[in-house]
Amino acid sequence: MKRTQKDTTDSARQIGRRSLVVGGLFVATGGVLAARMRYLQVERAEDFRMLAEENRINIRLLPPARGLIFDRGGVLLAGNEQNYRITLVREDAGDVDAVLAELARIVNLDMVALDRARQEIARRPPFVPVTIADRLSWAELSAVAVNAPALPGVTPEVGLSRIYPMGGDFAHVVGYVGPVSDYYLEQTGDTDPVLQIPDFQVGRNNVEARLEHRLRGSAGTKRVEVNAGGRIMRELDRDPPDPGADVQLTVDAGLQNYVEARLSGESAGSVVIDCQTGEILALASAPTYDPNLFVRGISTASWNALNNDAYRPLANKATQGLYPPGSTYKMIVALAALEAGIINPEETVGCPGHMDVGDRRFHCWRRGGHGRMDLVQALAQSCDVYFYDIAQRVGIEAITAMARRLGCGVRHDLPLSGIAEGLAPTMEWKVQNRGAAWVVGDTLNASIGQGFVLSSPLHLAVMTARLATGRAVQPSIIRSVDGVSQLPDAAPDMGFAPAHLDYIHRGMWQVNNDRRGTAYASRVEVSDFGIAGKTGTSQVRNISAAERASGVISNDDLPWERRDHALYVGYAPYTNPRYACAVIVEHGGGGSAVAAPIARDILLRAQLGEVPPLELYPTNQRRDIERLHRELPILPTPPVPTGRTVRSQA
Amino acid sequence: MSFLEYNVKITPSGWRKVLYLNWALILLIVAVACVGFLMLYSVAGGQLSRWAEPQMKRFALGFVLMLVVAMVPIWFWRNMSALAYGISVLLLVFVEFFGAVGMGAQRWIDLGFMRLQPSELTKITLVMVLAAYYDWLDLSKKSRPLFVLIPLVLIGVPTFLTLMQPDLGTALLLLMGGGAVMFVAGVHWAYFAAVIASGAGAVAAVFASRGTPWQLLQDYQYRRIDTFLDPTNDPLGAGYHITQSQIALGSGGWTGRGFMEGTQSRLNFLPEKHTDFIFTTLAEEFGFVGAASLLALYILILVFCIVTAIQHRDRFASLLVMGIAVAFFLYFAINMAMVMGLAPVVGVPLPLVSYGGSAMLVLMVAFGLVQSAHIHRPR
Repeated sequence: MKRTQKDTTDSARQIGRRSLVVGGLFVATGGVLAARMRYLQVERAEDFRMLAEENRINIRLLPPARGLIFDRGGVLLAGNEQNYRITLVREDAGDVDAVLAELARIVNLDMVALDRARQEIARRPPFVPVTIADRLSWAELSAVAVNAPALPGVTPEVGLSRIYPMGGDFAHVVGYVGPVSDYYLEQTGDTDPVLQIPDFQVGRNNVEARLEHRLRGSAGTKRVEVNAGGRIMRELDRDPPDPGADVQLTVDAGLQNYVEARLSGESAGSVVIDCQTGEILALASAPTYDPNLFVRGISTASWNALNNDAYRPLANKATQGLYPPGSTYKMIVALAALEAGIINPEETVGCPGHMDVGDRRFHCWRRGGHGRMDLVQALAQSCDVYFYDIAQRVGIEAITAMARRLGCGVRHDLPLSGIAEGLAPTMEWKVQNRGAAWVVGDTLNASIGQGFVLSSPLHLAVMTARLATGRAVQPSIIRSVDGVSQLPDAAPDMGFAPAHLDYIHRGMWQVNNDRRGTAYASRVEVSDFGIAGKTGTSQVRNISAAERASGVISNDDLPWERRDHALYVGYAPYTNPRYACAVIVEHGGGGSAVAAPIARDILLRAQLGEVPPLELYPTNQRRDIERLHRELPILPTPPVPTGRTVRSQA
Repeated sequence: MSFLEYNVKITPSGWRKVLYLNWALILLIVAVACVGFLMLYSVAGGQLSRWAEPQMKRFALGFVLMLVVAMVPIWFWRNMSALAYGISVLLLVFVEFFGAVGMGAQRWIDLGFMRLQPSELTKITLVMVLAAYYDWLDLSKKSRPLFVLIPLVLIGVPTFLTLMQPDLGTALLLLMGGGAVMFVAGVHWAYFAAVIASGAGAVAAVFASRGTPWQLLQDYQYRRIDTFLDPTNDPLGAGYHITQSQIALGSGGWTGRGFMEGTQSRLNFLPEKHTDFIFTTLAEEFGFVGAASLLALYILILVFCIVTAIQHRDRFASLLVMGIAVAFFLYFAINMAMVMGLAPVVGVPLPLVSYGGSAMLVLMVAFGLVQSAHIHRPR
């Protein structure tokens, strides 16, 4: 088409004008874009830079090594063990099934765990390491490392896990650790970030639980750069974790092992206490259980076995178990009467075998009676009637006050999971709890440690220690935390008249060393290691008048759970008391026959620091003792103190 | 007067044409492409072979294509306009039925060595046919309704086809590019005022229709609009792109983190980091200085195009160059606005920088046309 010159000029001019308008729009838009750039990149740069860092940097927690627990001599009771495991990264493995099959030829793989691992692998992102096998031996781990070329994506790793080298011996003292449950978080309200670390374990029981915050340490952090998928690209820096504080207990591992061994086969509890300082040297409850089972995750079968055992291995009988203390309570009655000044210890009381109070008859354990008894004889032969008599005179309030002074019926605060308060009854207590007035019969029952009176081995051990030294020793079980002593100051004197204590001591000496003493069979032949004590046999059933008439059924003829509890408290050496011990054998029968020999062995072991030699025993018992010591599960050599510590963790 | 009436002798011919190329424009184009290579090298984590190398090869091919197109007289291209337009519309129809679909948008034809997206091609052929139409049209008729309707149909057909793909971004580009040619050609102001007014009405209608059976846009398109209006609504879902791209961009600061030091793109926080969102990497690594420099390069390219268009006395050439300039402008302006949170996320690449074959080749051909116009103008 032809166009005139004018048309062309007009067209060009118009295009020029409009082009300039468009160009203006370009520049304006460019200006807007530049302004936006400036706003984002200059004015808000700081905000976005922070957001970018948040995007990029991920903080990972590093678990602290848990504090170690030692006995008083430095024997390791709770340590951290290197735990070898192998992990698999799916994306590096390629054919997961082929790799697992190859792996199964090298190490023993648990089929159940393997199935779980397979599911985990399928569920997690391909770059996340999944644990295939745990707690491998060093040999197995080496085998995996050697075969690495055939196992793409498989990495041997080292972590820490709790181990209790003494096994069951310290289950009732040290306790155990376990995984962090929702229940635990709810109960404790603990918000420590370290709890979020997968597989982190916290103390669940006893010292492990009660000293959790000292043992735990604090988490370290590792800053890593991650990509949008969450995969770690590199580590930027790390703040190492603070390991938990080491804890030293007052307990002696060798003695503890001996006590647990000596109690084995029975349902029993025992406490050995240093009567000068109150340090607990052994605190045992039998049967016991292996705390390592709980660390690894206890199987249902094992759990049910522990839970359904009639001997209740999970209960700590030494501190939680409450028993009528029986005749071991008689020293309290005696000292209460002496301190009250209402009896003359030389004065005798006639024992015809029973005492009638109102229309009730209270029997002495010896049906035929003891004849005339003074205080020392009454203690030695455990004459019930004598104590019925003086208890009536001194009254329950004075007896209970004395019981509490001596540490019975009060709570001893030890960092263990179950500490029973026990019961030293008062008149008011009965009114409030039983809705009935206190009657004289209650006092008589209390005077021989029956009726309402309840004590644990811990109570009785403290009582014995205080009687032995006359000092208000406080039981303690933590010697030091992180090297700082936790022991209480020297115990003050309780202010008992030395002469009064002397009567008690003599009575207790005769228990073991007088021919008529209830525990004469459990005497020690070498006077340097001489033992003073008191037996106790506490009924768990009422003996009816009819049964008494036809003859009391012997313990051996009763079912186990209805037999009497056997008790014994004692201290040694007599001349310079150092160790106090209380033993309770649940439904064991008689205190003199069952509990006293155990306590004698324990006290000898405590004094000698080794399994006692046979020369200390009465000649006619030596063969049995020899066999006993051969059969008991005692460590062949005392545990060796070790300073081995595992600290750093990758 | 049209070219055929000029004295062709005074336009350069033969190898002399090379001297008459707009070398400044070529320099700018190469500069922008080099920025692209650098960024592709960086987002690949220092790997040349992943994206940078194929991109260089394509650019080399595009560069040759540009020179070839530039050597051919502009009137030849005018004569080819209708044919090119027809072919590209046919291709659009073809891919509608036989094309491969990727990532929910932009159908392509696999040519073996590259994937041809007919919608990219259409951006240029539409401009060509419109320029040719206004070159043909008598000046006095240009604002008559009937002659306004014809270019509207020319624009409407490919726009509709791309919208069907569905590719809202390209459809908008076609619409706006075509409209810009009509505007430069001198169609009366009133039409544009009416279009803007009805456009506002259409936007209102689009929003009003949401959720009703006669809903005008696809659900995902509505979601994109929602996300654009408030990206923080859904930071890990649909808003992720915008939020992350602003974080990367903003964290660049004045001078950026330095080449290859951009953390957000390297760690995959950025989506489409080598294609539509490559600008964020540039902004993160070179900061405001780098981002503004690229913007300046783009604006300079536009300035050179506008100068060429205004200098030219041929109607077709001027309109074509302006149309190409507008298309180019829309590319980078929409892309930048998108990554900076000023526009919704529509799949528009950053011209000459984003990884991608079709767009690069089509742009180079377009610049070839600009060069052809530049060479073949009466002096």
